[in-house]
Amino acid sequence: MMLNMGPQHPSTHGVFRLVLWLEGERIVRAEPHIGYLHRGSEKLCEREDYTQIITLFDRLDYVANLNCELAFCMAAEKLMALEVPERAWYIRTILCELNRIASHMLFYGVYGLDVGAMTPVLYGFRERERVILLFEAVTGARMMHNYIRVGGVKEDLPDDFGKRMTVLIDELKRGIDECDALLTNSELFLERTKGVGTIDGPTAVDYGVTGPMLRAAGVKEDVRISEPYGIYDRFDFGIPVGTHGDCWDRYYVRVEEMRQSLSIIEQAMSQMEAGPITAKVRRIARPPRGEAYLRTESPRGDFGVFLVSDGGDKPYRVKVRAPSFANLQSITHLLRDAYIADAVVILGSTDIILGEVDR
Amino acid sequence: MSDERVSNVPEKPKAEAPVRPAHRKEPEAPTAPVALDERGTALSELLPKAFSRFEVEYGAAMDEVVAKVKPADVAEVCRTAKEDGRLSFDYLRSISVVDYVERLEVNYHLFSMDKRHKMVIKASVPHDSPSVPTVSGVWRGADWYEREGHDLFGVVFEGHPDMRPLLLYEGFEGHPGRKSFPFHEYDEW
Repeated sequence: MMLNMGPQHPSTHGVFRLVLWLEGERIVRAEPHIGYLHRGSEKLCEREDYTQIITLFDRLDYVANLNCELAFCMAAEKLMALEVPERAWYIRTILCELNRIASHMLFYGVYGLDVGAMTPVLYGFRERERVILLFEAVTGARMMHNYIRVGGVKEDLPDDFGKRMTVLIDELKRGIDECDALLTNSELFLERTKGVGTIDGPTAVDYGVTGPMLRAAGVKEDVRISEPYGIYDRFDFGIPVGTHGDCWDRYYVRVEEMRQSLSIIEQAMSQMEAGPITAKVRRIARPPRGEAYLRTESPRGDFGVFLVSDGGDKPYRVKVRAPSFANLQSITHLLRDAYIADAVVILGSTDIILGEVDR
Repeated sequence: MSDERVSNVPEKPKAEAPVRPAHRKEPEAPTAPVALDERGTALSELLPKAFSRFEVEYGAAMDEVVAKVKPADVAEVCRTAKEDGRLSFDYLRSISVVDYVERLEVNYHLFSMDKRHKMVIKASVPHDSPSVPTVSGVWRGADWYEREGHDLFGVVFEGHPDMRPLLLYEGFEGHPGRKSFPFHEYDEW
């Protein structure tokens, strides 16, 4: 039997269509269809200048906007060989790690819904809201921040940032523990996710799977540690790694990652000092002729930007290597021989954002 | 105020859409410096031995080792890059197509999880008959990147099992990634 799921389906986390071929209750073949949200972002980048493009990158991964902005700005900085001031790096790191927590909290909440638990989404969104309120105080916007600039950040932190962060870190610590206690070891949750949708390390690498999905499969790969960028080499933090590569591992790697992010934020807050927040750059950036490929670790995995410049004020070509795009490819592998009832659980565990899949 | 919609005056012939230059011409700009790290230097010494069977032009772009190969060799070069124990490029970072004035360039960004080095394989194909052999048999992850390249740039990846549109809808005409594909025009102010 052929079963069509989506593009309008609440569990597809966006506009995504999945066609399943079933034999009884088993899935024998799955065919994903994407492109419903294709806006041609890469092409649009070719006619905007470097500051304008930041707004386009905001809209790629729309639950981890700052991480996307950072990747593009770093690619331009790499071409221009810009030295970004210390304070700017600390601000970027703190905000991006907070964004990672916000993103994983959204995953936590909606993954609860995917497996049929109504409560986690309320807790997940409560914690996410705390982070978003802080973002609003810093950047002026809840989601589409447009805050990170080529060479630094837009403006300095508000005066009460330190005070707010002390409160926020405590609240998030408690929040993460609460969320963990609520869902992780629940008998029903374990039944639904343990041993479901497994993928092994080499296969995952072959598919180009990165981020928490890859680490859940037992491969210790995190760009922040393997190819440290910015100031990540100054912090002491661990990489949570799974063993079975099943849905539960993918879920729990993310929960642990939130704790690690909090630890990075705490360390960064204690190290941060006053100073300039932008490098000396011309108002209109003109990187030299050349090409740069840059990898960053976004909440979903290896977010790469391939930037080709012809020396003008607009890039010649921008290619976005979106982690969700590669992660979603593996869905055909994950769904093969799974039960139809697990399809939503498996799809949810990949934590895709269609904004960056379709670009 | 005249309302053209109700007048009996025959419609004026539409003005031709302004022709935008397909490729921007920029003044001579400086070039980004090449800076290979230790692994990159070691790799650039190793590559000529590993790829001795092929006709390859070596170079570097910033921190990446570049190997320009003939389009027909792409699949074989990639297979060697993955299966040679000294290289073991098991992770395909991305496949990106760039539209230059006189050619389309297909870039394969590779990374080795084990050896921790990286490189780019480049193949240039002409605009009118762009085709390279598929590497979807080498890395399974190449599948969608190639479909995307076919969608947006019209590059034919020969031997790919499924070349249906991925990001665009069925029946879309043209290749919107190319520089010759116009943007939606509006008056600048």
